[in-house]
Amino acid sequence: MTTTTLPLGEVRRACIALVGPPNCGKTTLFNTLTGGRQKTANYPGVTVERKSGRLRTPVGHTVELLDLPGSYSLRARSPDEAITRDVVLGRQTREALPDAVVCVTDATNLGQHLRLLLELRQLGRPLILALNMMDIAQKRGCQISIEALSQQLGIPVVATIAMHKNGVQDLLGQIDILLSQTSATSKAATIDTWMEPSPEAIRAYHREVERLLQEAVIQEGAPERFTRQVDQILLHPVAGLLILLGILFLMFQAVFSWAEAPMDWIDGSMASLQQWLSMHMADSLLKSLVIDGIIAGAGGVVIFLPQILILFLFILLLEDFGYMARAAFLMDRLMSAVGLNGRAFIPLLSSFACAIPGIMAARTIAHPLDRLTTILIAPLMTCSARLPVYALLIGAFVPARSVGPFDLRGLTLFGLYVAGVLSAMAVAFAFKRIWLKSHYQPLMLELPPYRMPSLRNLLIGLWERARIFLRRVGGIIFTVMVLLWFLSSWPAPPHGASGPAIQYSLAGQIGQALQHLFAPIGFNWQISIALVPGLAAREVAVAALGTVYALSGDEGTVTEALTTTLAHGWTLATALALLAWYVFAPQCLATLAAARRETNSWRWPTFMFVYLMVLAYLAAFITYRVALALGGG
Amino acid sequence: MNSYNEQKHRFDPSQPGSLGLTQPLGQMQRGSTGRILAVSGSAGDRNIERGLLEMGFVEGACIEVLHHGFLGQDPLAVRINQTMTIALRRCEANAVLVGPLHDAAVDTKPGMTLEYASS
Repeated sequence: MTTTTLPLGEVRRACIALVGPPNCGKTTLFNTLTGGRQKTANYPGVTVERKSGRLRTPVGHTVELLDLPGSYSLRARSPDEAITRDVVLGRQTREALPDAVVCVTDATNLGQHLRLLLELRQLGRPLILALNMMDIAQKRGCQISIEALSQQLGIPVVATIAMHKNGVQDLLGQIDILLSQTSATSKAATIDTWMEPSPEAIRAYHREVERLLQEAVIQEGAPERFTRQVDQILLHPVAGLLILLGILFLMFQAVFSWAEAPMDWIDGSMASLQQWLSMHMADSLLKSLVIDGIIAGAGGVVIFLPQILILFLFILLLEDFGYMARAAFLMDRLMSAVGLNGRAFIPLLSSFACAIPGIMAARTIAHPLDRLTTILIAPLMTCSARLPVYALLIGAFVPARSVGPFDLRGLTLFGLYVAGVLSAMAVAFAFKRIWLKSHYQPLMLELPPYRMPSLRNLLIGLWERARIFLRRVGGIIFTVMVLLWFLSSWPAPPHGASGPAIQYSLAGQIGQALQHLFAPIGFNWQISIALVPGLAAREVAVAALGTVYALSGDEGTVTEALTTTLAHGWTLATALALLAWYVFAPQCLATLAAARRETNSWRWPTFMFVYLMVLAYLAAFITYRVALALGGG
Repeated sequence: MNSYNEQKHRFDPSQPGSLGLTQPLGQMQRGSTGRILAVSGSAGDRNIERGLLEMGFVEGACIEVLHHGFLGQDPLAVRINQTMTIALRRCEANAVLVGPLHDAAVDTKPGMTLEYASS
């Protein structure tokens, strides 16, 4: 292997695709190879995430590395597996045929993972086999002859340890050698004549893999026992379900209690920034915009970043441990009762963080109707954007008492999540069993071995979520806040007016008009105003309430003051009705947009909007009336 | 091969899988083992068959039923060749026909499945 850099003229720009079965450690390898230099976008026309990263090989070639969705076979069974197939075959629009493919396999599971490599080899394109997790295989006493395997396959084979930076040097070296050999990218004829393998062809691949392993495996490793033992407990029909519930419960408790300190800190710094500005800026329209519009608005949203990160921390950890598939296994029985399969549990669980990745994750569901139903009920899973609203109202109306070892506020929050899940199940049942009446759908899911999550993966994942959230704050939410500030401060109140200024503004007028619609469910005009910008994104409603009340004459810190204001200004019935509203309300344009992209029509997002709106109104109405009757007025 | 001896399956004669009977995977008891004799799908739609083959259910592979779902119902968790664990429902599992682990006709087959023969 040469490590001298090439002269500038000979340096190439190449595109290399990473392909591999699910759970082969492909993403970890991708993260190690590209580090922080990653870009996430979408493939045109579909919402399958296109993850790419840049790297420089030892001799100086620039490589764009493409992380393709995991797939057991080129016979695609779901939309994201179809992307893998199409990119590899050069059929994906606006995506060049990769100069080479790196097929990543788990060295501890070669018997199952080599079939995909054989399918890829059939295409006759430049190919490298990466035996990932060689360290784990060796620890179990497994010895593989890389030379024999490479000779038998007729392609370069390298051992990689994705977790360690130096475990990928050989791979980079092989990429260099391959790039210097293949200059022009000529399409092999086999690529155009590719056909889905028949059952007989798959059996032949099985036999070929067995032959290869006989040639190349010197010593077989001991089977993994840790996973087996842990599964005795985690997949236990009763204990396993209780543990799953416990994990979910712990997750929501943590979201509340762990986030407290950083939230106080953000809150405090926003308040002191406001104070500092109000002392140092001359009274003007600009001052009002900066303090009441921008800082109050953005601050009211940024403050929820800690909670969102904690939620994602749990979801990423569970995914990396390999627990998510177990959750799907445990939930399959329940999901099939409403006509879905356990696989739908994963997108639905991600929807607790945000419905958009949830809706996107639904692409792993092969059957179109199952996928559609999952997309339609995803917004019913309480997403993190609803947390600000819940947190505010619970903070204002539920006393911070402890009930046994638990916090009453945490319990209330848990109850709201359960309400969301139960209604999602009911809606799924209505869709699948009564209305769409789809046929039975199979479940086939690998339960991967438990693995220690890598800190690096976790940090990259969290950083990506934080970036997306803050970009939303900076983009839609910020624009809406400034617009709302304008609506709330213009026109100025007439001279000698007695009410708060906002009552005379455009926003006040819209709110008062909407109030007639919302009066039966107990919403006052302030809420009605906040619901309008809240349509852009749910968390905006809190910021909007902040703006509305700040301009109504209340000073002080953003959320804390709002809590007190609400506790005095609203009845319990109103607060409960608003909570019930938010369990259902389709208050997120981005979710509707994601649903539109995924279903490729406006029909289903429109349907989603209407059915959620009707449910929200009904739920709020019933809650309000019942609460009033019980004396919550 | 020591590791396999530690993992040796004790065969309970009450388990049909070790009695020499053949039965669909979907009807096997929790904890029972066997060797796949046939993977078949419905005549018109071979996608279930292909799906099973792609997940590692192939003739000659050794399987062990590790877990059942809630109340002993769907789904099953099945370990294939001691390496990969797959969750599937009984309905699909019934397309897999399983015979006893010890079968002279298949035991001569070399490769990954050898350890079962020696245990």
